[in-house]
Amino acid sequence: MGMIIEVLSWIFFLLGGFLCLTGAVGLLRLPDFFSRVHANSITETLAAPLLLCGVMLQIEPSLDTVKLLMVLFFLLSTSPTSTHALVKGALLDGELPTTGVDPADAGEEDESSNS
Amino acid sequence: MFATAAAAVLISMLLALIRAVRGPTVYDRILAVNAFGTLTVILIAVHGYLDGRPEFLDLALVYALINFIGTIAVTKYVSLSHLGLPTKDDDGGDI
Repeated sequence: MGMIIEVLSWIFFLLGGFLCLTGAVGLLRLPDFFSRVHANSITETLAAPLLLCGVMLQIEPSLDTVKLLMVLFFLLSTSPTSTHALVKGALLDGELPTTGVDPADAGEEDESSNS
Repeated sequence: MFATAAAAVLISMLLALIRAVRGPTVYDRILAVNAFGTLTVILIAVHGYLDGRPEFLDLALVYALINFIGTIAVTKYVSLSHLGLPTKDDDGGDI
Protein backbone atom coordinates (compact mmCIF):
# COMPACT_ATOMS: atom_id res chain seq x y z
CA MET A 1 0.00 0.00 0.00
CA GLY A 2 2.78 2.38 0.90
CA MET A 3 4.55 1.54 -2.36
CA ILE A 4 1.45 2.32 -4.42
CA ILE A 5 1.04 5.70 -2.72
CA GLU A 6 4.72 6.46 -3.29
CA VAL A 7 4.53 5.67 -7.00
CA LEU A 8 1.25 7.57 -7.39
CA SER A 9 2.77 10.57 -5.64
CA TRP A 10 5.81 10.49 -7.95
CA ILE A 11 3.52 10.36 -10.98
CA PHE A 12 1.58 13.37 -9.67
CA PHE A 13 4.77 15.34 -9.01
CA LEU A 14 6.36 14.58 -12.38
CA LEU A 15 3.16 15.23 -14.35
CA GLY A 16 2.48 18.39 -12.35
CA GLY A 17 6.01 19.70 -12.84
CA PHE A 18 5.86 18.95 -16.56
CA LEU A 19 2.50 20.71 -16.99
CA CYS A 20 3.79 23.62 -14.92
CA LEU A 21 6.71 24.04 -17.33
CA THR A 22 4.40 23.57 -20.33
CA GLY A 23 2.12 26.36 -19.17
CA ALA A 24 5.04 28.67 -18.44
CA VAL A 25 6.66 28.06 -21.83
CA GLY A 26 3.29 28.71 -23.47
CA LEU A 27 2.93 31.92 -21.45
CA LEU A 28 6.29 33.03 -22.79
CA ARG A 29 6.12 31.84 -26.40
CA LEU A 30 2.52 32.04 -27.66
CA PRO A 31 1.73 34.90 -30.04
CA ASP A 32 -1.13 36.93 -28.52
CA PHE A 33 -2.71 37.70 -25.16
CA PHE A 34 -5.68 35.33 -25.43
CA SER A 35 -3.56 32.31 -26.33
CA ARG A 36 -1.30 33.15 -23.41
CA VAL A 37 -4.34 33.10 -21.12
CA HIS A 38 -5.11 29.62 -22.41
CA ALA A 39 -1.54 28.45 -21.69
CA ASN A 40 -1.65 29.94 -18.20
CA SER A 41 -4.92 28.16 -17.42
CA ILE A 42 -3.11 24.82 -17.86
CA THR A 43 -0.79 25.76 -15.01
CA GLU A 44 -3.59 27.02 -12.82
CA THR A 45 -6.19 24.30 -13.17
CA LEU A 46 -4.18 21.15 -13.88
CA ALA A 47 -0.60 21.53 -12.66
CA ALA A 48 -1.49 23.12 -9.32
CA PRO A 49 -4.01 20.41 -8.27
CA LEU A 50 -1.62 17.66 -9.37
CA LEU A 51 1.28 19.07 -7.35
CA LEU A 52 -0.89 19.71 -4.29
CA CYS A 53 -2.37 16.19 -4.52
CA GLY A 54 1.18 14.83 -4.73
CA VAL A 55 2.04 16.66 -1.50
CA MET A 56 -1.20 15.42 0.06
CA LEU A 57 -0.30 11.80 -0.70
CA GLN A 58 3.14 12.22 0.85
CA ILE A 59 2.07 13.49 4.27
CA GLU A 60 0.19 11.81 7.11
CA PRO A 61 -3.57 12.54 7.19
CA SER A 62 -3.88 15.49 9.57
CA LEU A 63 -5.00 19.13 9.73
CA ASP A 64 -2.39 19.90 7.07
CA THR A 65 -4.29 17.74 4.59
CA VAL A 66 -7.37 19.86 5.21
CA LYS A 67 -5.31 23.02 4.72
CA LEU A 68 -3.97 21.68 1.42
CA LEU A 69 -7.54 20.90 0.36
CA MET A 70 -8.54 24.46 1.23
CA VAL A 71 -5.65 25.86 -0.83
CA LEU A 72 -6.76 23.61 -3.68
CA PHE A 73 -10.37 24.76 -3.35
CA PHE A 74 -9.41 28.45 -3.32
CA LEU A 75 -7.07 28.05 -6.30
CA LEU A 76 -9.67 26.17 -8.34
CA SER A 77 -12.43 28.68 -7.58
CA THR A 78 -10.46 31.94 -7.83
CA SER A 79 -8.10 31.32 -10.77
CA PRO A 80 -10.79 30.85 -13.46
CA THR A 81 -12.74 33.78 -11.99
CA SER A 82 -9.82 36.18 -12.13
CA THR A 83 -8.82 34.96 -15.59
CA HIS A 84 -12.38 35.54 -16.81
CA ALA A 85 -12.36 39.05 -15.36
CA LEU A 86 -8.96 39.75 -16.92
CA VAL A 87 -10.02 38.58 -20.39
CA LYS A 88 -13.30 40.51 -20.22
CA GLY A 89 -11.41 43.61 -19.13
CA ALA A 90 -9.05 43.21 -22.07
CA LEU A 91 -11.97 42.77 -24.49
CA LEU A 92 -13.75 45.85 -23.11
CA ASP A 93 -10.51 47.75 -23.57
CA GLY A 94 -10.39 46.87 -27.28
CA GLU A 95 -7.87 44.05 -27.24
CA LEU A 96 -8.77 41.58 -30.02
CA PRO A 97 -7.56 38.02 -30.58
CA THR A 98 -5.50 37.31 -33.68
CA THR A 99 -7.37 34.98 -36.02
CA GLY A 100 -6.40 32.77 -38.93
CA VAL A 101 -6.95 35.68 -41.34
CA ASP A 102 -3.87 36.67 -43.31
CA PRO A 103 -2.76 40.17 -42.18
CA ALA A 104 -2.24 41.16 -45.83
CA ASP A 105 -5.93 40.48 -46.58
CA ALA A 106 -7.30 41.93 -43.37
CA GLY A 107 -6.24 45.50 -44.14
CA GLU A 108 -5.93 48.42 -41.78
CA GLU A 109 -8.45 47.33 -39.17
CA ASP A 110 -6.43 44.31 -38.12
CA GLU A 111 -3.23 46.34 -38.11
CA SER A 112 -4.62 48.95 -35.73
CA SER A 113 -6.09 46.37 -33.33
CA ASN A 114 -2.71 44.68 -32.95
CA SER A 115 -0.84 47.84 -32.02
CA MET B 1 10.80 14.40 -4.63
CA PHE B 2 9.70 17.75 -3.23
CA ALA B 3 12.89 19.23 -4.70
CA THR B 4 11.88 18.11 -8.21
CA ALA B 5 8.52 19.85 -7.95
CA ALA B 6 10.11 22.95 -6.43
CA ALA B 7 12.66 23.14 -9.26
CA ALA B 8 9.93 22.89 -11.92
CA VAL B 9 7.89 25.59 -10.18
CA LEU B 10 10.94 27.87 -9.84
CA ILE B 11 11.78 27.60 -13.56
CA SER B 12 8.13 28.34 -14.41
CA MET B 13 8.23 31.39 -12.13
CA LEU B 14 11.31 32.64 -13.98
CA LEU B 15 9.56 32.28 -17.36
CA ALA B 16 6.47 34.09 -16.00
CA LEU B 17 8.70 36.93 -14.79
CA ILE B 18 10.27 37.25 -18.24
CA ARG B 19 6.76 37.59 -19.73
CA ALA B 20 5.86 40.17 -17.08
CA VAL B 21 8.89 42.28 -18.02
CA ARG B 22 8.46 41.92 -21.79
CA GLY B 23 4.78 42.91 -21.89
CA PRO B 24 3.72 43.97 -24.53
CA THR B 25 0.25 44.98 -23.23
CA VAL B 26 -0.62 45.72 -19.63
CA TYR B 27 -2.94 42.69 -19.58
CA ASP B 28 -0.02 40.41 -20.41
CA ARG B 29 1.76 41.80 -17.40
CA ILE B 30 -1.25 41.27 -15.12
CA LEU B 31 -1.61 37.71 -16.44
CA ALA B 32 2.06 36.99 -15.80
CA VAL B 33 1.87 38.39 -12.26
CA ASN B 34 -1.25 36.29 -11.64
CA ALA B 35 0.57 33.18 -12.86
CA PHE B 36 3.54 34.12 -10.67
CA GLY B 37 1.24 34.36 -7.65
CA THR B 38 -0.34 30.96 -8.32
CA LEU B 39 3.11 29.41 -8.68
CA THR B 40 4.17 31.10 -5.44
CA VAL B 41 1.28 29.40 -3.62
CA ILE B 42 2.43 26.00 -4.91
CA LEU B 43 6.06 26.79 -4.10
CA ILE B 44 5.22 27.78 -0.52
CA ALA B 45 3.19 24.58 -0.02
CA VAL B 46 5.96 22.38 -1.45
CA HIS B 47 8.78 24.23 0.30
CA GLY B 48 7.12 23.78 3.67
CA TYR B 49 7.57 20.02 3.39
CA LEU B 50 10.96 20.30 1.67
CA ASP B 51 12.16 22.20 4.72
CA GLY B 52 10.18 20.16 7.28
CA ARG B 53 8.09 23.14 8.38
CA PRO B 54 4.42 22.56 7.40
CA GLU B 55 3.37 25.82 9.10
CA PHE B 56 4.04 27.51 5.76
CA LEU B 57 0.70 26.16 4.54
CA ASP B 58 -1.09 28.99 6.34
CA LEU B 59 0.91 31.48 4.28
CA ALA B 60 -0.05 29.63 1.09
CA LEU B 61 -3.71 29.87 2.07
CA VAL B 62 -3.53 33.62 2.64
CA TYR B 63 -1.47 34.16 -0.50
CA ALA B 64 -4.07 32.37 -2.64
CA LEU B 65 -6.74 34.82 -1.45
CA ILE B 66 -4.58 37.94 -1.76
CA ASN B 67 -3.56 36.91 -5.28
CA PHE B 68 -7.21 36.73 -6.37
CA ILE B 69 -8.23 40.07 -4.85
CA GLY B 70 -5.10 41.77 -6.16
CA THR B 71 -5.65 40.56 -9.71
CA ILE B 72 -9.31 41.64 -9.71
CA ALA B 73 -8.47 45.06 -8.28
CA VAL B 74 -5.64 45.78 -10.70
CA THR B 75 -7.67 44.54 -13.69
CA LYS B 76 -10.63 46.71 -12.77
CA TYR B 77 -8.45 49.74 -12.16
CA VAL B 78 -6.57 49.33 -15.44
CA SER B 79 -9.52 48.60 -17.72
CA LEU B 80 -12.07 51.01 -16.19
CA SER B 81 -9.62 53.63 -14.83
CA HIS B 82 -11.39 53.66 -11.47
CA LEU B 83 -12.49 51.19 -8.82
CA GLY B 84 -15.90 52.61 -7.95
CA LEU B 85 -18.44 52.91 -10.74
CA PRO B 86 -19.60 49.64 -12.24
CA THR B 87 -19.50 49.89 -16.01
CA LYS B 88 -18.33 51.70 -19.11
CA ASP B 89 -21.52 51.14 -21.12
CA ASP B 90 -24.81 49.34 -20.54
CA ASP B 91 -24.04 46.30 -22.69
CA GLY B 92 -20.52 45.81 -21.47
CA GLY B 93 -21.37 45.04 -17.88
CA ASP B 94 -18.90 44.92 -15.08
CA ILE B 95 -15.84 42.72 -15.21
